[in-house]
Amino acid sequence: MIIKKGAEADIYLEEFHKVFGFEFYNEKVIIKKRIKKGYRISQIDDAIRGFRTSKEAKLINKAKIFGVNSPALYHVDLNQKSIIMEFIEGVQLKEFFSSKGLDKKIGLDIGKSIGFLHKGGIIHGDLTTSNMILSENKIYFIDFGLSEESEEIEKQGIDIHLLKQALESTHYDISKDLYKTIIQGYSKVIGNKKKDEVLKRIELIEKRGRYRKRD
Amino acid sequence: MISLGIEGTAHTLGVGIVSEENVLSNITDSYCSDGGIHPREAADHHASVIGKIMENSLSEAGIKKEDIDLISFSMGPGLGPCLRIVASAARSLSINLNIPIIGVNHCVAHIEIGRFITGAKDPVTLYVSGGNTQILAYAEKKYRVFGETLDIGIGNMQDTFGRELEIGFPCGKEIDLLANKGQNYLELPYSIKGMDFSFSGLLTESIKKLKTNRQEDVTFSIMETAYSLVVEASERAMSHTEKNELLLTGGVASSKRLKDMCSLMCLERDAAFFIPPPSLCRDNGAMIAYQGLLEYTNGRRMKIEETVIKQKWRTDEVEVNWI
Repeated sequence: MIIKKGAEADIYLEEFHKVFGFEFYNEKVIIKKRIKKGYRISQIDDAIRGFRTSKEAKLINKAKIFGVNSPALYHVDLNQKSIIMEFIEGVQLKEFFSSKGLDKKIGLDIGKSIGFLHKGGIIHGDLTTSNMILSENKIYFIDFGLSEESEEIEKQGIDIHLLKQALESTHYDISKDLYKTIIQGYSKVIGNKKKDEVLKRIELIEKRGRYRKRD
Repeated sequence: MISLGIEGTAHTLGVGIVSEENVLSNITDSYCSDGGIHPREAADHHASVIGKIMENSLSEAGIKKEDIDLISFSMGPGLGPCLRIVASAARSLSINLNIPIIGVNHCVAHIEIGRFITGAKDPVTLYVSGGNTQILAYAEKKYRVFGETLDIGIGNMQDTFGRELEIGFPCGKEIDLLANKGQNYLELPYSIKGMDFSFSGLLTESIKKLKTNRQEDVTFSIMETAYSLVVEASERAMSHTEKNELLLTGGVASSKRLKDMCSLMCLERDAAFFIPPPSLCRDNGAMIAYQGLLEYTNGRRMKIEETVIKQKWRTDEVEVNWI
């Protein structure tokens, strides 16, 4: 059953046994299929879909090693550009913050998880509250399609700048406080000194952009 | 109510006249050069043509100065010297004719004239021009920036690349013609970060590729890559905001290939695609006139002292009082 037509992939929800032929704790699976985009020439389109599928498969697993919750990976098909993974039953943090408002504990946890990723040399690349799921009090990070392995401060800075921008545009009423708690959580994991370095870099990144206010 | 708007944030000086129902006139004149914009020269250009453009705009609309009820002008963002010329002209008109003045945000004006002309209700806007490349959508009293370039505007990228090929400024049209003749795609960096993107790496690599490849192929490859980036980011924003309309505007919107790509993307996701006619996509006075009218009729007032230009005025700083 198709449950979402995302920007780059169709997302299907299926029973585990229907896909794999045997039961597994009554689990359900998500099939994420990166579909062809007619607007892009095939050379660009094929390369991007293949590259992102393999990156996602790799880093969704690697994130776990550093203590970040992510779906379990069941199958990768590079020809079909599809990934089969565990279905995380829960609520998108985008919905959660829109209905429940600010929750400092969750803010801290988001920050800690990002800290773990960066400490482990992973840049998520698409940190928005659409890509975080709250399930049984744990935050799961999904959608590693734009992620990469890097310890560069520039990339870490952009990663957090993107989240900040996403908070400002989507959760404008609580974005300042939410961002603050996220940075607190981040700092707890990577340390104060490193946090300051990253924040300083974010300032530079924002000044580079067009017409960013210099305050 | 009749509003006269003066645009002059970058290389184009425009004077447009609108009523609540119609665009009555929309005249522009653009500064050209061998390479890029020299702000002072562009400002000189604006100062030298503004009188003539104003007359032409009034005569095309078939009205006299005395018929104007409101002066609107582009207060930012843009190049300081250009903005100052326009602001001075607007202030003196407002004082001489003893009518109200409104300074408007150039980027917001692009969106609103687009909605007015095309009938788009609540679109994600892909705004592509020389200095600006942004993905905007309305939420809670502001046009919020969902994605934007992390370095240069897409038009700046085109112009810098065009300079390597010795094409005069602005280069968009010729670059598109050249790209049409290209066939072989050369691999170039595709830099998308969430809903943001960057062009400077793509530009540097493309210039390098010019040494060993056909101009046509490199041009084809750089433009296919750049357009794919902004269309993908727009699609991400549409998915994220759950909006089902796309509005394409700005000077670079005149590219046929970009239009086709946007329209295909929307077709594939069952969304509606809107694009204003070219005269209202590129920088123009009518959009400024319309924006001023919109803000004035919804209660905004400005004193002369408040009409200070804002070179770095962000889209999401404008309080929307008309929706």
